[in-house]
Amino acid sequence: MTEPATGEMNSSLKLKSLYEGFRDADTIRALAARIGNEAKKLSAPLYIMEVCGGHTHTIMKYGLLGLIPDNVKFIHGPGCPVCVMPKERIDQAIALANMDDVILLTLGDMIRVPGSKGSLAQARANGADVRPLYDPLDALAIAKDNPNKTVVFFAIGFETSTPMTAVLLREAERAALPNLMFHINHVLVPPAIDAVMAEPATKVNAFIGPAHVSVISGAKIYRRAAEAHHTPVVVSGFEPVDVMESILRLVELKNHAESVVEVQYSRAVSEQGNLTAQALVDEYFEVRDSFRWRGLGPIPQSALKLRDKYAHRDAEIHFGDRLPVQEIDDHKACQCGDILRGLANPMDCKVFGRGCTPQTPLGSCMVSSEGACNAYYRYHGVQHVD
Amino acid sequence: MCLSVPSEVVALHPDEQAITVDTLGVRRKVSRHLLSDEIHIGDYVLIHIGFAMNKIDKEDALESLKLYREIAQKLEAENHD
Repeated sequence: MTEPATGEMNSSLKLKSLYEGFRDADTIRALAARIGNEAKKLSAPLYIMEVCGGHTHTIMKYGLLGLIPDNVKFIHGPGCPVCVMPKERIDQAIALANMDDVILLTLGDMIRVPGSKGSLAQARANGADVRPLYDPLDALAIAKDNPNKTVVFFAIGFETSTPMTAVLLREAERAALPNLMFHINHVLVPPAIDAVMAEPATKVNAFIGPAHVSVISGAKIYRRAAEAHHTPVVVSGFEPVDVMESILRLVELKNHAESVVEVQYSRAVSEQGNLTAQALVDEYFEVRDSFRWRGLGPIPQSALKLRDKYAHRDAEIHFGDRLPVQEIDDHKACQCGDILRGLANPMDCKVFGRGCTPQTPLGSCMVSSEGACNAYYRYHGVQHVD
Repeated sequence: MCLSVPSEVVALHPDEQAITVDTLGVRRKVSRHLLSDEIHIGDYVLIHIGFAMNKIDKEDALESLKLYREIAQKLEAENHD
């Protein structure tokens, strides 16, 4: 083994290597060359669904599409919690925020996503007390400082974020904070994969699994889907080298007709995942019978709700008679649903980049910074590795 | 909201179930409620919305980086042939 030119990471790891080492242009090009050679042996095109918007962004931001042979295609999946939130759930959050003496808390881009009559950001502009959080535990101090108000945490996210809500709930119980409640919208990846594969027109025949989900849930959650749908799954990190290595493995697995689950991101993902986090989720949550996903429609057993034992913290129960329940579909011109189902590419949509931009989004695939349309809008045309 | 970032542990606060991490120069205190492993200063962890999710395996990361360097060098050697 030749000494590395930089000499900085031959014996110890530096934080910088965890970023730069996995973004190295020479490595990306080398992996691209190997993917090109291996893809020549494919008997049919490989359609890889990157379940998570984080991978879509890596592929677009680093210009990886331009390095991949024509018979390896990407289909952008439903793995963005903001994108898959149906409008009626946002309407419920807005209804909660508009109630007297309610403070509504939520994460990320959720505040900008339009429901049927505007967004949480607009509700805030109109006087509602809506606050974005960067750390769910900040909700504890807000509840403590506002004893005469009801503080509702509008909880969103996949398996990755659910344990954080569970910790918040546990701490609220321990601190005996009666005024902190939850509107739970935590969703699950494996049922979404099943819904994608149940679509007769789907071309998907391989998956890149999001690493952060498996950091919590373990690689084991994909085993059943890989067998049932005869598709290889590679659990991948988010750096460009991670994604390129995962693509290479998927091509190799397809050439060997192996429908197995592999972990590319082994520096952080195990088969079993974070058992402490899983036990916490199990303590506070149970599976819902059904949850309606934006674009995908109702999917059985695809989301979580609070266990009956914690009904006193469930805003859906407490305010149930005052929350709108009407199901609302997307704007007719918006193809976000088809994109989330893997049936269309952002560039296929007639309003992409015209009526629908990050500044004036029609659908959640554009409004969310992790949405496929947002990634295409920002990075389309990026052809070169930095 | 989903991207979890690697960070270095620079201080421990056992009374608060928290640690201070450094993400390429930016320092912040995050929860360690989800960690069952023992955590030491100098460990690397993945951070997601204010929580440390788990430790990063240094040996494994080094092994990957070594492998990638070998792949890149091999390609370079082939191109010079």
